[in-house]
Amino acid sequence: MTTVASASQPVRKRRTASPKRTLGRALIYGALLFWAFVCLFPIYWTVTTSFKSAIDVTQGHLIPWLDFQPDWKGWRSLGLSPDTVLETSTARAEFTSRFVNSIITSVGASALALVLGSLAAYGLSRFRYKFAWMRNDDILFFFMSQLILPPVVLALPFLVLYKALSLLDSRFGLILLYTLTVLPIVIWIMRDQFNSIPVELDEAAFVDGLSVWGAFLRIVLPLAVPGMMAAFILSLVLCWNEYFFAALLTSTDAKTLPVMVASQTGSQGINWWSMAALSTAAIAPLVLVGIFLERYIVSGLTAGSGK
Amino acid sequence: MQNSSPPVDDRHAGAASHRTLVNRKNIGRAIVAFASLVLLLVLLVQILRTAGAITAGFADWRPVLYAYLLWAVALGAGQVMVRGERGLRALFLLPAVLFTVAVVIFPTLFGFYIASLDWNLSSLEGPRFSGLDNLGDLFRDTYYWNALANMVFYTVAVLGEYAIAFGLALLLASEIRARRFFRVVFLLPMMLSPVAVSWMIGKSLMEYRFGPAATLARYLGWENPAFFASPWMARISIEAMDAWVSIPFIMIILLAGLQAMPREVLEAAKVDGANGWQSFWHVTFPIMLPVSMTVLIIRIIFKLKLADIVINVTAGGPGGATDTVSSFIYRVYRDRSNVGYGTGLAIFYLLLIIVFLTVLMRLSRRWTQNVV
Repeated sequence: MTTVASASQPVRKRRTASPKRTLGRALIYGALLFWAFVCLFPIYWTVTTSFKSAIDVTQGHLIPWLDFQPDWKGWRSLGLSPDTVLETSTARAEFTSRFVNSIITSVGASALALVLGSLAAYGLSRFRYKFAWMRNDDILFFFMSQLILPPVVLALPFLVLYKALSLLDSRFGLILLYTLTVLPIVIWIMRDQFNSIPVELDEAAFVDGLSVWGAFLRIVLPLAVPGMMAAFILSLVLCWNEYFFAALLTSTDAKTLPVMVASQTGSQGINWWSMAALSTAAIAPLVLVGIFLERYIVSGLTAGSGK
Repeated sequence: MQNSSPPVDDRHAGAASHRTLVNRKNIGRAIVAFASLVLLLVLLVQILRTAGAITAGFADWRPVLYAYLLWAVALGAGQVMVRGERGLRALFLLPAVLFTVAVVIFPTLFGFYIASLDWNLSSLEGPRFSGLDNLGDLFRDTYYWNALANMVFYTVAVLGEYAIAFGLALLLASEIRARRFFRVVFLLPMMLSPVAVSWMIGKSLMEYRFGPAATLARYLGWENPAFFASPWMARISIEAMDAWVSIPFIMIILLAGLQAMPREVLEAAKVDGANGWQSFWHVTFPIMLPVSMTVLIIRIIFKLKLADIVINVTAGGPGGATDTVSSFIYRVYRDRSNVGYGTGLAIFYLLLIIVFLTVLMRLSRRWTQNVV
């Protein structure tokens, strides 16, 4: 390959269509398309199954209109098809309440974790603390070490604790717990983010007469938005999908979507189409988040890993 | 004026302002002391009431929570009043620390206590102290050790996930068309809840009779495509599902690392005549090692908590072949109501994890230092 460029000529990329290069391109796109298929097919399968009737499921029909005639069957059982959406339906009422619970707990916990985590991350990135024998690195390690606590360790103590605090089966209780589980991730992302913002900006703000908090809120925080978006979305994903605590700590009022999905999977003789509709509805919000906010995740994490 | 380098707080140093400063500090201390007193008082009343010594007090422990909140606010305010500028700085860290301490320390300590109890929710007797009996039972529990052995498999499989994720990240970082489309698509599985995935893939795609995966396997010549019947096949199927959900996370962090990598290094390697394979092993991989170690450790931490998929697809079967420690303990809680023993298992697991991760982090620090 190096023989192409003689000593006096500058090295340039040559874009000739050599067979080896074409083969390489074909392999790259082949791999990309293969993995895209792997990622998309289960989602495609679930969405289409929610429109299938029994015979289409058993015969393995895959393509709507060509293979089978789509029908609102799955969605009707949830009370969400066009013909049932205006009528009252207990299935829909249950679904809506779980859906709202999921939104409130995941958004609430992510927001709380973002506030607590950003503050702590900024402090750890800018100031030197000494708390008994603990210095910055130890404090950071203390936060990160919360990540390793398996849910099974906390489950029962929390059950007893929440019973005493009468927080069982309440959204607020779940929010507290979820905040705890995502806080380390938020601190990790946000500290990298703050480290990537030059300290000179803070110092310039002090010179202009802003206090520590003024500099943080008015100068640094606006620059940290990409990291905050990434941290918020990641927290949202983790909280929305959390199952273990929700299954143990909620019973009627605060049940979240994953618990509802899981309880339906367990019951025998459940129709595939209604299960598919429920799964589709459960994953839809985050799939939309993924499609529309994907660039924030990548750019937010990139900002951090450049240290 | 004799103060040579005045701190920001008392720039107008004088007798009067000095007095207000002392006053402010005293008020700050008083606030913290008062709030601590309230907290202790509420706590004491509740303890006495629970013990049956007095009838006064509150119906539940919720007021203790409020008192703690009040105390936290007072502590913050006190810090600012007593320590001025440094207090303002401490204010950044305090909320997160107080929150974590409140939500973690107590439950974990309480967990140790529960672990020493013989406590079955379905039996008529209440909790009974049994010391280290649970620990003894644990060593005889073959199912638990089986689950731990499975965890070894699942953890080692993270390396496979990492290899695939690295490949995907390299693909996405290379010059390709429709990069944004592929990036979004590759990211999507991460967004899905493991519980929904359990149904979508485990219970329908891999369904024995008419799931598309089974149909495909039959077409490819596997006559009896039962994904969850034989132990190893079941374990691999569970791992495949978990990998499907979690590869995007590894991929996205690695991709971020690749994008932050200085371009010149790779070009220098190219000028030196390195081919793609060589420049990967000698340039890209070593530069990416710190990011790789971070993401691997985080991924392993999450892997050690794996439960949702196992609970919902196989419930640990066949014969405990797919059990993770978490899913096993979940069943101890739910099916046997043996909460004392279950918590004992969990605490023991936590200790194992701590030892394992400490060793892993030491090793990873040494590896990354050797290379970079």
